[in-house]
Amino acid sequence: MNRFLRLVSRDLRLAFRQGSDATVAVMFFVLCVVLFPFGVGPEMNILARIAAGVIWVAALLASLLSLERLFQNDYEDGSLELLTLTSLPLEAVVFAKVLAHWLVTGLPLIVAAPLLALLLNMDPAGFPVLILTLLIGTPTLSLIGAIGAALTLGARRGGVLLSLLILPLYIPVLIFGAGAIDASLSGFTARPHLLLLGGLLVAALPLAPWAGAAALRQALE
Amino acid sequence: MHRFANPARFLRFSAVLLPWAAGATVILTIVGLYLALFASPADYQQGETVRIMYIHVPAAWMALFVYTNMALAAAVGLVWKHPLADLFTKAAAPIGAGFTAVCLITGSLWGEPMWGTWWVWDARLTSVLILFFLYLGYMALVNAFDDPTRGSKAGAILVLVGVVNVPIIKFSVDWWNTLHQPASVVKMGGPSIDPSMLWPLLIMGLAFTCYFITVVLVRLRAEIAARKVQMLRLTMAQG
Repeated sequence: MNRFLRLVSRDLRLAFRQGSDATVAVMFFVLCVVLFPFGVGPEMNILARIAAGVIWVAALLASLLSLERLFQNDYEDGSLELLTLTSLPLEAVVFAKVLAHWLVTGLPLIVAAPLLALLLNMDPAGFPVLILTLLIGTPTLSLIGAIGAALTLGARRGGVLLSLLILPLYIPVLIFGAGAIDASLSGFTARPHLLLLGGLLVAALPLAPWAGAAALRQALE
Repeated sequence: MHRFANPARFLRFSAVLLPWAAGATVILTIVGLYLALFASPADYQQGETVRIMYIHVPAAWMALFVYTNMALAAAVGLVWKHPLADLFTKAAAPIGAGFTAVCLITGSLWGEPMWGTWWVWDARLTSVLILFFLYLGYMALVNAFDDPTRGSKAGAILVLVGVVNVPIIKFSVDWWNTLHQPASVVKMGGPSIDPSMLWPLLIMGLAFTCYFITVVLVRLRAEIAARKVQMLRLTMAQG
């Protein structure tokens, strides 16, 4: 546990000292959402109608942005091989990396989301559900993304390939995330969507580090 | 199964099997198409467009069947490191992608006259589209590495991750209230489809399966031959 926390804090420290990933992800998120009023026109009704979906798609793309480097730096400078030699299981290493990735890129998105929802004229009644779906959904995105990041390690055009592999797997999270907000805005209960979203997270929590570790072992063979 | 993991034994076995599989494909396709297009009745609601079913449904079955086989082969390849299992996964992927594309295209052509739209974002259609992307992603991933074994290992893990989609496709019509009709052949209490339509459908399904076996055998043999050529070139270059 101690080693696990130390690995998380190492990754966080690296992220803060290099200081780009978090700001870039949030900037991308904001800009991506801001593009929509220009694209579909500034009518408030339309924007309010599509706000949930737009914010979710933008959050999904923003979390994809920095995934490529989840293992890349450690793979290139050899520290990933050293990490496999520690007594910490590789699954825990993957989980620590995912946790750090989510803290750096996922959490700022959740903070920025209500502001963007305001810009898109979303009904404030939907804000708690929006934050809740992002809180449950973005860790799932990071977890699934870790599998892709481990699989494409050392591949040619890894970044493009990563999005090709991961985006189809993101679709269920997107459906239930945006669905929960839409349901609560149109007066239904968001509970079934939230439960399914939680189910995805609960399934991804043990399975994704496992698959990611298997992929890392192949990469380091 | 372990017996046929030996490539030399597989080559001998497949040389015997290949003409039979190819012959069965031709005969079953001709019989199936005749029954489907001429001998079977038109639907009382859908008219002649129901004949699209005889291509669409077997293609959908094959899309899932091929993926399930790839997943089994991927697991075998990862656990027992059988060289043939990796080759099979690689050889089957484009065929599966082809079946999925045929399924999506015929479904779209069938949907236009029946539902009045080429495409709806319904659970069955969306999950099959995800399956198509999984096939494409697998093929892209396998070819993205300089070392082919690394590519097939990474691909095997991706195929196993994508297995979650298979039950979702199968049960999507039961779990969600969709425009796509629920299962009518493989379900509890027997098929609800008339025998005059069920038989051509099953024969077409068998024909598609034989086609898959034929093409996958040819592709596997070609792949093994390509490996041999590569090995010979390497030894010649070193010698």
